[in-house]
Amino acid sequence: MTSFEGRVWLMGDDIDTDIIMPTEYLVYKTIDEMKPYAFSPLRPELAGKIADGDIIVAGNNFGCGSSREQAPEVVKALGIKCVIAKSFARIFFRNAINNGLLLIENADLYDAMVKANAEGKTIKVTVNENIEFDGKTYPIVSLPDNLVEIINAGGLVKAMRKRNGID
Amino acid sequence: MGQTIVEKIISHNVGRKVKPGDIVTVKADYVMLDDIMMPFIVSKFNEMGFSKVWDPTKVVIICDHMVPASQTDDIRAYHISCDFASKQGITNLHTSDGICHQLMTEAGYVKPGHVVFGTDSHTTTYGSVGAFSTGIGYTEMAAILGTGEVWMRVPSTIKININGTLAPNVMSKDVILKIIGDLTAAGATYKSLEFCGDTIDSMSQSSRTTMANMAIEAGAKCAVFTPDTKTALYCDIELDDFQSSLVGDEDAVYETVLNYKAEDFVPVMAVPSNVDHIVPISELKGIKVNQVFLGSCTNGRLEDLMEAAAILNGKHVAPYVKLIVTPASRKIYMEAMENGTINVLSKAGAIITHPSCGLCCGRTGGILTDDEVVVATNNRNFLGRMGTSKVKIYLASPKSAAATALAGVITEA
Repeated sequence: MTSFEGRVWLMGDDIDTDIIMPTEYLVYKTIDEMKPYAFSPLRPELAGKIADGDIIVAGNNFGCGSSREQAPEVVKALGIKCVIAKSFARIFFRNAINNGLLLIENADLYDAMVKANAEGKTIKVTVNENIEFDGKTYPIVSLPDNLVEIINAGGLVKAMRKRNGID
Repeated sequence: MGQTIVEKIISHNVGRKVKPGDIVTVKADYVMLDDIMMPFIVSKFNEMGFSKVWDPTKVVIICDHMVPASQTDDIRAYHISCDFASKQGITNLHTSDGICHQLMTEAGYVKPGHVVFGTDSHTTTYGSVGAFSTGIGYTEMAAILGTGEVWMRVPSTIKININGTLAPNVMSKDVILKIIGDLTAAGATYKSLEFCGDTIDSMSQSSRTTMANMAIEAGAKCAVFTPDTKTALYCDIELDDFQSSLVGDEDAVYETVLNYKAEDFVPVMAVPSNVDHIVPISELKGIKVNQVFLGSCTNGRLEDLMEAAAILNGKHVAPYVKLIVTPASRKIYMEAMENGTINVLSKAGAIITHPSCGLCCGRTGGILTDDEVVVATNNRNFLGRMGTSKVKIYLASPKSAAATALAGVITEA
């Protein structure tokens, strides 16, 4: 089973897609051009600090709001390994899976990390099993089979390329 | 075992009886693609190796977020939209007719019982005519364009039953804002909202549309209303047996049933910067405003403009306050001109803009700056939605917005 460690950035409840990627930057041609502005309405400094392999831990309803897929794409492009939240908004969830961005639901980790003022601390994630933080283990549930199929194919674009006999 | 409305629609689409939690592959009756997402949709479509859309008659492309362009970069999306339509033989192309969610029913595409996907979260709007409709991303849209189908999980349903008579100063916007406040911004995630009761029965098609439009603000996958004679008239059809059956069965299984008395609703606003932070206007009175926005796919219809005009008739907006009016479609704009509504609003000092998403997508139509306050009839008050991240956005009904524009401070109609 895959496991990895990463440094944590803490975000709150209802982090909406207008915060993750404001509308004014959506017209840029590439996700790379949008990267510096990720999360800018809430934390303008954050995009510059996120490094490859970091993890976002958030509260309820991460990714709520607009259907803009630039939101999960830019999070992935910043190098975020996975987002762990109490819950995710539905369109963001599908978009993230389709782009191969790992999302994990956990009800308790966020509160524990906020209480411990633990932004910047490292956690260990074992996919489909658990998360370890500060000597405690937080269980996580497995994804449904149809989603695992999309992720295993390498995202929806690759799945369609395979269907169309390109790859 | 009976079924909820959304279970009936999906069962009809897939040809077998479904239940909540089932993962099914549905066929799209229509897809809606908006300009701002078009460059990404086309790029993914090509990358996936598709050359032709599965059925050009079922694809609707609508330029609304960035028409007319406010920045030179915006023009690219317009060209990509027009080129793709031309190359694919897609004749359902709207380049300046209004907002996508208004046009999808107004221009005669979506009918009761349809299954529709759009690259915009407010695609839930078409539930007002008894369709299943929901928002998706551009990668998923590219896959549907190529295949005509997509997987989905059959949602469970929250039934919202409203009975009684609303007070004259309460609009369907106040009703849906209160319900979102009660459900919270994530309270209906993955779920269908089914609205019923005699208050809903007596509402206009336009008022129901406002409610379906905002269902996403509680996280809902969709919102559905039973199609009735008003729906049939609006959609210019006679309901067939299937469409007439789109009522929640007595013995359907609902996750929750919420009962409301219409008399308990009061004029409210969503205060900065969460749509589920709902406060009665009686507790907000006196807050100074810089601007009022009347428009959007939520509340830019003829009924909304007329309700505001009735309040503004013969009067003038307060000094220093800008009132921006953006009709949701060209048809609405023309009807409002023909029946004198535009005249009344303009005489009252309103700035009337072209039909489009306008200020609601924060690129044009009266964007604001730090510490300015706007009362707006659209659907989101997120940070940075209408200008800088320090703009304070209060969401309200058209009546409350008009009353506020007159007074220059937050006011109940």
